[in-house]
Amino acid sequence: MAHADPTGWKRWVYSTNHKDIGVMYLWFAFIAGMIGFTMSGLIRAELAQPGVTVLPAIFNMSEDQARHMFNVLTTGHGLIMVFFMVMPALIGGFGNYFVPLMIGAPDMAFPRMNNISFWLMPPAFILLLLSTFVEGNPGAAGFGGGWTAYAPLSTSGHTGPSMDLAIFSLHVAGASSIMGAINYITTIFNMRAPGMTIHKMPLFAWSVLITAFLLVLSLPVLAGAITMLLTDRNFGTTFFDPAGGGDPILYQHLFWFFGHPEVYIMILPAFGIVSHIISTFSKKPIFGYLGMAYAMAAIGFIGFVVWAHHMYTVGLDVDTKAYFVAATMVIAVPTGVKIFSWIATMWGGSIRFTVPMLYAIAFILLFTVGGVTGVVLSNAGADIVLHDTYYVVAHFHYVLSLGAVFAIFAGMYYWMGKMSGKQYPEFLAQIQFWFTFIGVNMIFFPQHFLGLQGMPRRYVDYTDAHAYWNKISSYGYMVTLIGVLLFIVVMGVTLSRKKTVADNQWGEGATTLEWTLSSPPPFHQFNELPRIK
Amino acid sequence: MNVKRLIAGAFVALTVFFGFAATVSAQERVGQPKDGGLWLIESANEQAAKVSEFNEALLILITVITIFVFALMFWVMFRYREKANPTPSKTSHNTFIEFVWTVVPIGILVGIGFWSIPLLYYQDVVPETEFAIRVTGNQWNWTYNYPDHDGIEFTSVVVDDATHADPVKRQAAEKSLSDFLGRPAHFNARLLDTDNRLVVPVDTKIKVLLTASDVIHAWTVPSFGVKLDAVPGRLNETWFEVDEVGTYYGQCSELCGKDHAYMPIAVEVVSKEEFARWVEQAKAEYADAGTVAFGR
Repeated sequence: MAHADPTGWKRWVYSTNHKDIGVMYLWFAFIAGMIGFTMSGLIRAELAQPGVTVLPAIFNMSEDQARHMFNVLTTGHGLIMVFFMVMPALIGGFGNYFVPLMIGAPDMAFPRMNNISFWLMPPAFILLLLSTFVEGNPGAAGFGGGWTAYAPLSTSGHTGPSMDLAIFSLHVAGASSIMGAINYITTIFNMRAPGMTIHKMPLFAWSVLITAFLLVLSLPVLAGAITMLLTDRNFGTTFFDPAGGGDPILYQHLFWFFGHPEVYIMILPAFGIVSHIISTFSKKPIFGYLGMAYAMAAIGFIGFVVWAHHMYTVGLDVDTKAYFVAATMVIAVPTGVKIFSWIATMWGGSIRFTVPMLYAIAFILLFTVGGVTGVVLSNAGADIVLHDTYYVVAHFHYVLSLGAVFAIFAGMYYWMGKMSGKQYPEFLAQIQFWFTFIGVNMIFFPQHFLGLQGMPRRYVDYTDAHAYWNKISSYGYMVTLIGVLLFIVVMGVTLSRKKTVADNQWGEGATTLEWTLSSPPPFHQFNELPRIK
Repeated sequence: MNVKRLIAGAFVALTVFFGFAATVSAQERVGQPKDGGLWLIESANEQAAKVSEFNEALLILITVITIFVFALMFWVMFRYREKANPTPSKTSHNTFIEFVWTVVPIGILVGIGFWSIPLLYYQDVVPETEFAIRVTGNQWNWTYNYPDHDGIEFTSVVVDDATHADPVKRQAAEKSLSDFLGRPAHFNARLLDTDNRLVVPVDTKIKVLLTASDVIHAWTVPSFGVKLDAVPGRLNETWFEVDEVGTYYGQCSELCGKDHAYMPIAVEVVSKEEFARWVEQAKAEYADAGTVAFGR
């Protein structure tokens, strides 16, 4: 690395530095997350009371337009949070920044590909945002067919160009993720420091490695499925149109063959981050390291053979359903191993309750709640009354919004000092934690009741009997909003401080290689490779 | 701190909650949600009762598991906080405990499977039925067809808010519904009521044949324990049998576009004699009116 450190806009736009790219990913995820969070605010505002009143008032539109707008909002919220918030933050952000540091590598294996991986994300995001402004249906802007984009609602059901833009957006985001995944696999397989065998590698690196494999294997299937949508829409093919011998259910199989691994893509890096935080603040090595690593590998593997549990009501053969029930329940076993191993890591430890630790503990508890409702839903027999109701919404928000997102918060607090050299204000951050924790539980716990009472998902208006819990849920959003605004304040305060953080701010519990470097780390690290005993 | 009191409090709260849910449900025989309800909608037949029973068992199980994990976590947080335990242990392996927490969950899941799988086959295998109803999902209403009753066919559309709110319109719509049913009928809930209702006899096994004319919809009646997608180009089948006369509601459960929330399902379950009378009356007006439904 003979060249000088680049400065100014060239440092960022031309960046091939994994840390700079990681930071850009985090900013990108933050911006996208704010937009996605605003969308959920509009959704919750509309659902705060029966009737369609809020969206027409805010956007000055007819009730009819507002009904479509609501679907556009739920679709946009889902796509943004999945593809442009959680994935960029966990994989692109923390993955880029910390995988090379943890395995003792100077950078990623393909720094230029890393650059294009990141720079494909803003165009993808712009395409998605554009899609909400162009015609979806005649006279109505945006695609309102859900993030799953089931055919025929996404083909003959939305004739405008909006859906085409959304498809291109996913193509571009998918290409970005695949290149990122190739980069991680190559980096982790080839660039580990001398002595760091795969069985000595930190769990976060493990989690990103497995995630990268899931991405490489599942994203092409999504790309294929949405390309088929594109040709069905524009070039007269009938992959998903029964009038031409196609089948709408084929789309669902393809989509969920991607979609189910995708949920593990979002949660595995979270597992990795939580493992490090639990170990650091318990001052103990992770309990059952190998079990933890291979539990993630098992979850990743099983994740590919359970997709049709999203499709219990499409009219599958009963034997097929029985298989998917059994396969799906198996996932609970490695997940249980992880939960218990985290508790065992804390057992006998010397626990400090810093903000990242609070988030990590909350992650474990709330992920357990989301996990057990997952076991209920895995049973096709019980799913028949819960499928496509708010029970499902509550379930996946417990594992993602209160799982993956809590891990992002945890990671931000855990590594903020390392990344910026500046320490976050502990007391204010604790308040931020409690607002967020109470708020999200208030949003999502009542949704279990709504689901049991039969309220279907993706409903702009509901029968008056669902009013009470919807109101509570919307109040919960306001509490969460305070938490999110506080997060911005906390991060602002942090960034305005001086660089005072020591190399290893968390003390003896923090044993991974990033803590051997300065805070922030030098622009190029490990010019001399560390040797692992 | 005072863990015992906390646990006792939680139990009292749970009892009050579920007791409350139980008393609320013991009112009139209408299969629809209740405000502030915490529990599955009351079952109207064996299918839904079995689901409810299974769900209840699962809820108890997952509650116990969750309380176990929470208790373990809180105890660890309390016992091994930095002040109470300044020097951490270095234990990072225990083969026995790892074996236990792998095998015990497997046992629990196999146990669930012994209940879950037979329930699935019970729901999914359609028994001998007395007659069939063809249901077609359209954007955004349902067409019902009785192929075994001279092809009676009619479409069921949501009663819109304007009609609900305006007493004159509402009365007219209720009158028209009463004429359709051949008995006095009233609307029960906004967004659940439809202009016509699907009419079926009590204590009769009925086959439902489902398809859709445009995009995917899902036909659902929670109190019957039935939910199945209506897919264009496919014919899905399910069945139900209702134990009690009454009005039961459901809502489209697969995103189908702008008015997804405005295509409810209303089922009027009547005595067998009344059903026979209704069939005669409906034949006069709706027999072989088939336009939308497939294959006729």
